[in-house]
Amino acid sequence: MRVALFITCYNDTLFPSTGKAVVKVLERLGHTVEFPAGQTCCGQMHWNTGYQVEALPLLPRFLSQFEHAEAVVVPSSSCVAMMREHYPLMAERIASEGGDASLPHRVAELLPRVWEFSEFLSKKLGLTDVGAYYPHRVTYHASCHGLRSLGLGDGPTSLLKAVRGLDLVEISNLEQCCGFGGTFAVKNADVSSAMLAEKSRAVLNTGAEECTACDNSCLMHIQGALHRQRTGVNTRHIAEILAHTEEDELDAVQAEVKL
Amino acid sequence: MSRVPLDPRTAPTFQQAAKTLLGDAQLRKNVRHATDVIQAKRRKLVEEKQDWQQLRESARQIRAHSLQHLDVYLEEFERNFTRAGGVVHWARDAREAQSIVVGLVKQLGANEVIKIKSMTTEEIHLNNALEESGIRAYETDLAELIIQLGEDQPSHIVVPALHKNRAQIREIFRKAMDLPDLGDKPADLADAARRFLREKFLRVKTAVSGANFLIAETGGICIVESEGNGRMCLTLPETLISVVGIEKVIPRWSDLEALVQLLPRSATGERMNPYSSFWSGIHPGDGPQTMHVVLLDNGRTDVLADAEGRQTLQCIRCGACQNACPVYRQTGGHAYGSVYAGPIGAILTPQLMHMDHSQTLPYASSLCGACYEVCPVKINIPEVLIHLRNKVVEQNGWYAPESLAMKAVAFVFRSERRFRAAQRLGRIAESPLVKREKSTFPILDQEEATKSGWIGWLPGLLGGWTDTRDLQAMPKETFRDWWEKRGKA
Repeated sequence: MRVALFITCYNDTLFPSTGKAVVKVLERLGHTVEFPAGQTCCGQMHWNTGYQVEALPLLPRFLSQFEHAEAVVVPSSSCVAMMREHYPLMAERIASEGGDASLPHRVAELLPRVWEFSEFLSKKLGLTDVGAYYPHRVTYHASCHGLRSLGLGDGPTSLLKAVRGLDLVEISNLEQCCGFGGTFAVKNADVSSAMLAEKSRAVLNTGAEECTACDNSCLMHIQGALHRQRTGVNTRHIAEILAHTEEDELDAVQAEVKL
Repeated sequence: MSRVPLDPRTAPTFQQAAKTLLGDAQLRKNVRHATDVIQAKRRKLVEEKQDWQQLRESARQIRAHSLQHLDVYLEEFERNFTRAGGVVHWARDAREAQSIVVGLVKQLGANEVIKIKSMTTEEIHLNNALEESGIRAYETDLAELIIQLGEDQPSHIVVPALHKNRAQIREIFRKAMDLPDLGDKPADLADAARRFLREKFLRVKTAVSGANFLIAETGGICIVESEGNGRMCLTLPETLISVVGIEKVIPRWSDLEALVQLLPRSATGERMNPYSSFWSGIHPGDGPQTMHVVLLDNGRTDVLADAEGRQTLQCIRCGACQNACPVYRQTGGHAYGSVYAGPIGAILTPQLMHMDHSQTLPYASSLCGACYEVCPVKINIPEVLIHLRNKVVEQNGWYAPESLAMKAVAFVFRSERRFRAAQRLGRIAESPLVKREKSTFPILDQEEATKSGWIGWLPGLLGGWTDTRDLQAMPKETFRDWWEKRGKA
């Protein structure tokens, strides 16, 4: 399949390793990956913070970049949730305010072809084993948008369970928000930190070496606490785990020896 | 027994109030414990209902339909309630409602009333208005009694005293009821409250209540509760005055079928609440012989006029969103500066205040969606929060510092060239703040591992992040740079 990658502004800038991993997994599975170069941001930060007028132009931009793709894969559950929940509203608003009247129709056409990365693997391709090897103890954080907006269910954990060598341990407060919430983490830093403290405690209680998720925004938040507290526990996007193979492991061990 | 009521007009911002409350370890423990218990009970009872989602959908439709034809159903209620011997009063705002109730009590020559728990009378600060007119109000709901005697404020719409534990309640009772030897078992506390209240029930001739639903078809009023103290207020006094928000009306008696299945399960995790009272009008020789209903607007018609905000009025006040909300669970209700706390308060209060106050409330949520998931009438609270945030932004104007920054970022996102320039600029700007350190992570990407850097301090608005969290520095190469290089290789 020809898959167009929407990397998201956040992953592009802060977590390029996630994008590389997505490319690696998809190519390993025999798909062709395309990267429409004009892409920037889905508009979630602006829309969710109340800057709707500022978010609106990002919708036609996204459409023009991706509407000819066979499938669009996005390694971020919150950006996909933004599109599914709010793009139809945004398109209606633009159309009703005298803008491009074709937008609602074009959005409705494209959205069924937009997939969160783990969802693409498990729901669209029907896979559980993607040939990964990752010999570590890992816990999974169900980000709110993946859990409630996309209804990812046990798709991501099924993928993880099929990874050879991986020991998956369940976190106690799986359905609880980590407290990130975009600008919430800064606007309500105290409450956000209190929520984060609960989540990071639960991560530590699992005894896992790493915490994974389908969303780097939650992971950046959780990692912020785990690093500040010098816990030695790491976070990593699910794509990076699914990309890892036995050969990579060998390379990694050799690299570590050289360091 | 006077106390300062929660008032959005004078309350501190959510952030300020939350900061103080987060320091209260006992309160946080109490809130956490209470919400955990209720949520566990709720989950069990929801799981046993096979048709839960259909029930939610019916209830949503009933409530949405009622709001769409509110004028019709309110007038139908008025006709039927009047025909049954009751008197209907219309109050545009809190002040009007206060003066109607105070006027009625004074007309009766009374100087005290008993009350059954009513968040609507809390909303309009009725107790303070009564007190200013020399009328003493006794709360008879156990939790409301605790709040009143402790000169405290309600923290939850269903369980107003959930931020207090048993030891604290005992202290409040011991002091206020002058009971130096009071024990600390639940039975001791219940007994003390019972003796304290029984005397009021038998003596006071006027009662003030709220209502869960008004039934247009029968001119009926419905109140559901757990303790039976409400029923005492509804049956013993000679006069009953109910203060009810206009949105509480439902068309038919049969609409209760769905609603009374959803409400107790969502609110307290019970299949049925222990006491359900329904009455319409006067019945000679039985119950109150004079009945008044004050139909309160107080901002509700303005909420109704807003197509996106309207669903807020579907609320049946079960408090499930409060119990599920991770933000509420950290702070309890007082941080919201209003009688309506938690997610529902975060959308209801600003709208009732015509967006003039409580600007910080729509932002008191991480938009995690837990509130929407549990709401028995399917109010899409996250969507309304975003809608209200948009109103706040419009109110504050383009020249607010945050607005300028957001506009600048949006300008960047509208062009790939500008976006790439911003990425480069960001790396340069952050570099003085980055501390390089050897990665402790298993190495998957060698270049990143050796250059791993962290930011422990950020200036200005972003400092909220680094007060408690580190931030990983930007890698040297963006994904799109890597992609381009890869294509050329």
